[in-house]
Amino acid sequence: MTNGTRGPFVNGVLARFAEEHEGLPGAALPWLRRVRSDAIGRFAELGLPTTRHEDWKYTSVAAIERRAFDTPFDASSNGLAERALARHALDGTHRLVFVDGRYAPGLSRLDTLPAGAQVGSLAAAIAARPDRLEDLFVADDEAPANGFTTLNSALWADGAWIDLAPGVVLDMPIHLLFITTRNDLASFPRNLVRAGAEAGVTLIEHHAGPDDASYFTDAVTRIVLGKGARVAHAKLQQEGRRSFHIAAIHAEQAQDSRFGSHAFAFGGQLARSEIATRLGAEDCEAKLVGLYVGSGRQHIDHHTCIDHAQPRGTSREVYKGVLDGAARAVFNGRVIVRPDAQQTDAQQSNRNLLLSDSAEVDTKPQLEIWADDVKCAHGATVGQLDADQLHYLRSRGIDEAAARSLLIRAFAADTLEGIEHAALRARLESLLPGGLPEAA
Amino acid sequence: MGNQAVQLDELISQDYRHGFYTPMEVDALPHGLSEDVIRMISAKKKEPEFMLEWRLKAFRHWLTMTEPHWATVRHPPIDYQDIVYYSAPRSQQDGPQSLADVDPELLRTYEKLGVPLHERELLAGVAVDAVFDSVSVATTFKAKLGELGIIFCSFSEAVQNHPDLVRQYLGSVVPYTDNFFATLNSAVFSDGSFCYIPPGVRCPMELSTYFRINAKNTGQFERTLIIADRGAYVSYLEGCTAPMRDENQLHAAVVELIALEGAQIKYSTVQNWYPGDKDGKGGIYNFVTKRGDCREANSKISWTQVETGSAITWKYPSVILQGDNSVGEFHSVALTNHYQQADTGTKMIHLGRNTRSTILSKGISAGHGSNAYRGLVKVAKSAVGARNYTQCDSLLLGDRCAAHTFPYIEVKNASARVEHEASTSRIGEDQLFYCQSRGISAEDAVSLIVSGFCKEVFKQLPMEFAVEAQKLLGVSLEGAIG
Amino acid sequence: MLEIRNLHVTVDDKPILRGLDLTVMAGEVHAIMGPNGSGKSTLAHVLAGREGYVVTAGEILYLGKNLLELAPEERAREGIFLAFQYPVEIPGVANIYLLKAAVNAVRRHRGEQELDAMDFLVLVKEKFRLMDMDESLLYRAVNEGFSGGEKKRNEILQMAVLEPRLAILDETDSGLDIDALKVVANGVEAMRDPDRAIILVTHYQRLLDHIRPDRVHVLAQGRIALSGGPELAQELERRGYGWVEAEAQKMAGAGAQ
Repeated sequence: MTNGTRGPFVNGVLARFAEEHEGLPGAALPWLRRVRSDAIGRFAELGLPTTRHEDWKYTSVAAIERRAFDTPFDASSNGLAERALARHALDGTHRLVFVDGRYAPGLSRLDTLPAGAQVGSLAAAIAARPDRLEDLFVADDEAPANGFTTLNSALWADGAWIDLAPGVVLDMPIHLLFITTRNDLASFPRNLVRAGAEAGVTLIEHHAGPDDASYFTDAVTRIVLGKGARVAHAKLQQEGRRSFHIAAIHAEQAQDSRFGSHAFAFGGQLARSEIATRLGAEDCEAKLVGLYVGSGRQHIDHHTCIDHAQPRGTSREVYKGVLDGAARAVFNGRVIVRPDAQQTDAQQSNRNLLLSDSAEVDTKPQLEIWADDVKCAHGATVGQLDADQLHYLRSRGIDEAAARSLLIRAFAADTLEGIEHAALRARLESLLPGGLPEAA
Repeated sequence: MGNQAVQLDELISQDYRHGFYTPMEVDALPHGLSEDVIRMISAKKKEPEFMLEWRLKAFRHWLTMTEPHWATVRHPPIDYQDIVYYSAPRSQQDGPQSLADVDPELLRTYEKLGVPLHERELLAGVAVDAVFDSVSVATTFKAKLGELGIIFCSFSEAVQNHPDLVRQYLGSVVPYTDNFFATLNSAVFSDGSFCYIPPGVRCPMELSTYFRINAKNTGQFERTLIIADRGAYVSYLEGCTAPMRDENQLHAAVVELIALEGAQIKYSTVQNWYPGDKDGKGGIYNFVTKRGDCREANSKISWTQVETGSAITWKYPSVILQGDNSVGEFHSVALTNHYQQADTGTKMIHLGRNTRSTILSKGISAGHGSNAYRGLVKVAKSAVGARNYTQCDSLLLGDRCAAHTFPYIEVKNASARVEHEASTSRIGEDQLFYCQSRGISAEDAVSLIVSGFCKEVFKQLPMEFAVEAQKLLGVSLEGAIG
Repeated sequence: MLEIRNLHVTVDDKPILRGLDLTVMAGEVHAIMGPNGSGKSTLAHVLAGREGYVVTAGEILYLGKNLLELAPEERAREGIFLAFQYPVEIPGVANIYLLKAAVNAVRRHRGEQELDAMDFLVLVKEKFRLMDMDESLLYRAVNEGFSGGEKKRNEILQMAVLEPRLAILDETDSGLDIDALKVVANGVEAMRDPDRAIILVTHYQRLLDHIRPDRVHVLAQGRIALSGGPELAQELERRGYGWVEAEAQKMAGAGAQ
């Protein structure tokens, strides 16, 4: 059944697959060839989602659909990547840099890793140890998909591969920096993360590109947490203002594991992140925090799903949005409590601040509860700066503009809670809306 | 646990109280739906040409539509050709002129239901329009209301006696193209209530419609139209029952409310259609479109509903807040037990300036019941200063029931303030045990907790209804814990 | 210092103040008393420049300037301070940050050098001791999760730090237990200064047991119905407000004729 639409974009990627698939990583592996060809077949059927799909009701991808992204990958440096790296690098991290979707070893920097930690390019890992990856790809094949994730399955060229043996804990975060440098380029990064039992790691997935280029990123990150594992994932989306960014992060949690997700979205003309975690065993914890800041004509969409499948899971979700100009934000937060997931404790909140008359918010926090011994609550608000707070600050001598900035910043700042890495925290503080406060 | 299970099991034995059937000679059309059937319905009702045309337009549009499946309810396919679209007690063929003309068998039915139609026996201050299968059988206190210029009659009478009002307002809130079930209703609706309150008049008594499905395989498609002219006020109550049958029966009603400048309409429903048995067999499919239009400034429409019956309930009483400073309210208690399913909520469409809406939804799920709140709060660009507050609470009894919350919030105006809160709690065995250890029976404990949970909604109901609603909840919950 | 002439104020088109006259000189402490709804808090809000309070007639001169032309922050920088009856909670903004921003806004306005972090901390800590406040409150969000008494103390603390020329305390005594009341009163007493005027808006006389006012005014029907010395407060305590209101009504009636 064809329920999507077909235009220059779809035709373009189908042609690209036909041309390039022999050169993609793992082309010699029968199982991976099959995964890719199944995916492109499904994509040809699915096409891109339309606003008739409930999950895409508020986000039209027609602007992507109309475009052919036909700039081929070109390994020659145009200097943009180096400049972007200088701006976006974070001290105190291991760093994997990907330029236009391919690993750039010259820009990457890995400090000494403990034994049992594999960190590197996925393409390289597929070439070296395909056996360790097969089950992950096959499992991924069964994950819920839309046209974009399916397309990524077919066309991914590289991404990060992080494999931690049981008990291995990395002290330094891994900074995965995806830099796009060329106009009209489409890249399909794929990251695979496996944290063994009691393993722990912090990942910073960072996407950036120039404001004057129109390009497309279709990223998929899959994280598998073993028993008692701890994975913190921070996404920093600073794509160029003319770019399209569609990304999915799927986590699967084993018993006693803890998954933390922070999503900060600042860039993109049209940006969407899907963040889903399945608490697939007992006593899991998930914490999802997000901040989206939009201005101009940006459209920023977050779809999250916390799936409590087994008893005694705890989840906390806080998403905040600050919208100015004619920006539009979409938030859809789904919390599922399955019949066996007794003693689940799930709290969710989404708060939006509208700063301009043309800004828009569509929010849909949703609870689907099939068990009775649960504590679940959600809340959503849309509003503007509080007039009483504004007046109070002004009555203490602070001028209106400064008072507004202060309140905007205060609204956004608590999404930084739980970010412990100094360089990342400082970077995020500098990106918060409302500007920097003078030091108190 | 064992002890209270026994106690609660005993409670199951009490059956649906309104499940009897009144044998009646009926005048009914054959099964099925076609233009001819619609022409016959219209002819039987001696309708003017504009009504027939409207029905036919609706029918032709309906043929292009498909049954919606987006709600979280599941049901076997409905065979729309296996439904009788018109059934009336033969004795009522020409419509009763006064209560004296009403078939005594019908009067007895309503008495059995606790809805006496003899005016002298009526609760003071409630005027009743009774709808039996497809037609209105009696309207009380008509004369008294007439003195104030209030029109309260069956829809059929309104078409005959006030065609201009009907023509002006019918379909002006729920157009015949609105949705699958509303369109079907527009084509085949057989009767219902009509009410018009003239400017500045405060209706001195509660107006009430009592709906009864009696005949087998009959769909009930009634239509209610209420117009409160400038500065008018009316409080309207609606009650519903049906006999127990193994087959599912379709009820697809449409209610349209229009409030002009400064007018207020309060619409309360206690819906107790037959819910099916404890294994989910039989029961009414209650697919209803209810919408109010605060058409002019400073008007107010409040919906209050207590939904305990029906196998499946699918309804979203909504308010279009067009007039500046207009107010919309939705207060709901929806209870699903056994295999009942409810997908209900509201839409508050803010168009005018400084419009306000409040949504208070209480869902109670027990047994294998499934209860979904689905609501939309939409603030259009024009709705400067709009405010909404929504609170949705779910109470779960037993570990096989489900409670879902799907609030859609769409805001296109920065001066709006919209707040949504939802929570879920349960009645746990530990709570029941605690109450029992203090000498309170499990039954009383459940009803205590449930009525506390629903208190804020019951407060909105007129007194007699509130008492009835409370009793209904108790009965509907029987067998919920075991 | 402050001169209010024939002030008329409406809120939501409802007249609240109806021809209020009041003169306050530097060095004086005035108490504005009156029954609920007499317009006491309205007067406080109008002086601070709260939106939604519409001045339909009259004028307010502060140090010879037209106060009504100034934005709320300009008034604050000119030395007006309102201790709110219901101090606003501002999650995410640290108390110390607000204090420092406020102090330096006033200093900049006066052409003084801004305080550095060290000097500021020394100043604030001294005032914290004066108000008998826990220093941890400095680093908490403004008023968030503060008890009623803590909020009121925090207001007086801000006043002590900002050293205004004209301080208006709106029902600062309400909701305080006797110990807190004493602390607040001491804080206010410490602020008495020949260059500073203080207006206490209060319903009850009990605050005036601790802070002796120079003048007491009774508001009724939106204007000052009665003025006197400190003994007036005691009379009100004995006799209630009924008789003042009755007088005011008679006067309003006579005025209308």
